[in-house]
Amino acid sequence: MKELVIISGKGGTGKTTITASFAALAQNKVLADTDVDAPDLHLILSPQIKHEEDFKGGHYAVIRKEDCIQCGKCRELCRFEAISEEFTINPVDCEGCGVCVHFCPVEAIDFPQRVCGKWFISETRFGPMVHAQLDIAQENSGLLATLVRQQAKNLAEDKGLDLIIVDGPPGIGCPVIASITGANCILIVSEPTPSGLHDLERVWQLAKGHFGIPCLACVNKYDLNEMMTDKIEEFCQKNDIKLVGKIPFSPKITEAVVNGKSIVEYDAEVASVVVSMWKEVYNYLKSL
Amino acid sequence: MVICIASGKGGTGKTTVATNLAAVIGEKAQYLDCDVEEPNGHIFLRPKFEYSEKVYVPVPQVNLEKCDFCKKCAEFCQFNALAVLGKNVLVFPELCHSCGGCMLVCPNEAISETGREVGICEKGKGLLDVEFVHGHLRIGEAQAVPLIERVKKEISKERISIVDAPPGTSCPVIATLKGADFVVLVTEPTPFGLHDLKLAVGVARILNLPIGVVVNRANLGDKKVYEYCEKENIPILLNIPFDREIAECYAQGKLLIGHEKWRLAFEQLFDTIKKHLEGER
Repeated sequence: MKELVIISGKGGTGKTTITASFAALAQNKVLADTDVDAPDLHLILSPQIKHEEDFKGGHYAVIRKEDCIQCGKCRELCRFEAISEEFTINPVDCEGCGVCVHFCPVEAIDFPQRVCGKWFISETRFGPMVHAQLDIAQENSGLLATLVRQQAKNLAEDKGLDLIIVDGPPGIGCPVIASITGANCILIVSEPTPSGLHDLERVWQLAKGHFGIPCLACVNKYDLNEMMTDKIEEFCQKNDIKLVGKIPFSPKITEAVVNGKSIVEYDAEVASVVVSMWKEVYNYLKSL
Repeated sequence: MVICIASGKGGTGKTTVATNLAAVIGEKAQYLDCDVEEPNGHIFLRPKFEYSEKVYVPVPQVNLEKCDFCKKCAEFCQFNALAVLGKNVLVFPELCHSCGGCMLVCPNEAISETGREVGICEKGKGLLDVEFVHGHLRIGEAQAVPLIERVKKEISKERISIVDAPPGTSCPVIATLKGADFVVLVTEPTPFGLHDLKLAVGVARILNLPIGVVVNRANLGDKKVYEYCEKENIPILLNIPFDREIAECYAQGKLLIGHEKWRLAFEQLFDTIKKHLEGER
């Protein structure tokens, strides 16, 4: 089984647009969306939810007013400034470390588990999909991303499918690390701007430099600035990153999203570029 | 006055709005880039850095001579950052949340704290004398929040602080938005933009912060963002169309306010925000 993760460093370069097209083109695969705080793949794939479960993350502390003697020990020990002068704990600030719970002299603090979101197994017109939604202002996006990938793997094994395509989150922090560790291959979606190149470099350092995962790259909207596209190509060449495609800017891509379609279902001209890009990616995956 | 620029969805134009807004305000402004995973503000404000500091968070270190391997620390840790194996204690600093609990529960005072580097915080002066601060997360570091908090320590009451937030809706965004006076949400009029805008509005409402929306690439997409904002009574502060001139500016790392038309538009954006803030009071 092979797992391909699509990331970008910088947000909004076209990860989801490209993942949706690969979903339309690839055979025998499970789809997954690990951008659990702002997932968008479902807006194109319109999944029908078959299975839904709460995601329980860490714990959070709650002071029982009636038992609290207001000694101030919890406020003194909490490093996250989560406890007010009136001895209530702000759940948004609580890190769930349990220090206040453990050291409360009268055991007046409860420590229930937090429901941080939901995850789903769904059917789409392109096959099965695992996705999630972290509740607003919750923590543990990395844990949820890990859970989504594990469920996608289980589903692929059950159904005898040999490929997982993961739509990843932006950035280089916790949810990205959780989305890429142990993957077979990364596709980095860049754009021809200084920010696009800067963020490509950082995410590549993380994926290849830190975790040793083979990386492919593509440039979206490449014709908006061909000089920057050349710079990205140069960077890829120098660092032995295979450039699998350059997608032109086209208002058709936005139109496709507005109509809930992947670009390969919508516009033949852009589709041809994405189709040949998918062939490159697929051949690379097979060669691993 | 602290104005945060956030979005939910990445790549909608937060940095464009934040850097240009800071630049029209000029020397009274400070720009703080809290997108420490992928900071980009420096590309546009081109600061000369005068100050750089490595930022550390405390993580445990165990003195094995004092340790009797009772496992209390490992049992206490909610984040599995410690494990006791036979006559050894393994510390996984990347999992540690720096709560200090292990040190407190150890009956033998065998645990003290050392630092784990999470990144660097740099400070300097950018174009148009805007004070510039950003954080650069160390590659491989998972937790952005401590570095974001360090960057935010530089917020000065003497100045108008423009804070560039990371995308998303989870802990790094919350850490950035906390304490803001006003939040500008930048979106684009597509289903992706709208979906993530709703999530970002949810975050701002949980934190009880006043908001307004800037619509970027306003001529590509549909009308649903506008319908949503009207229904929710969220003011539209500015529309920025997609055009090649703007894309070209961005691709060259230039500020939009070099064009007269956009300088006026961002001055007006700042006035509108100020009026909303006065209205709040």
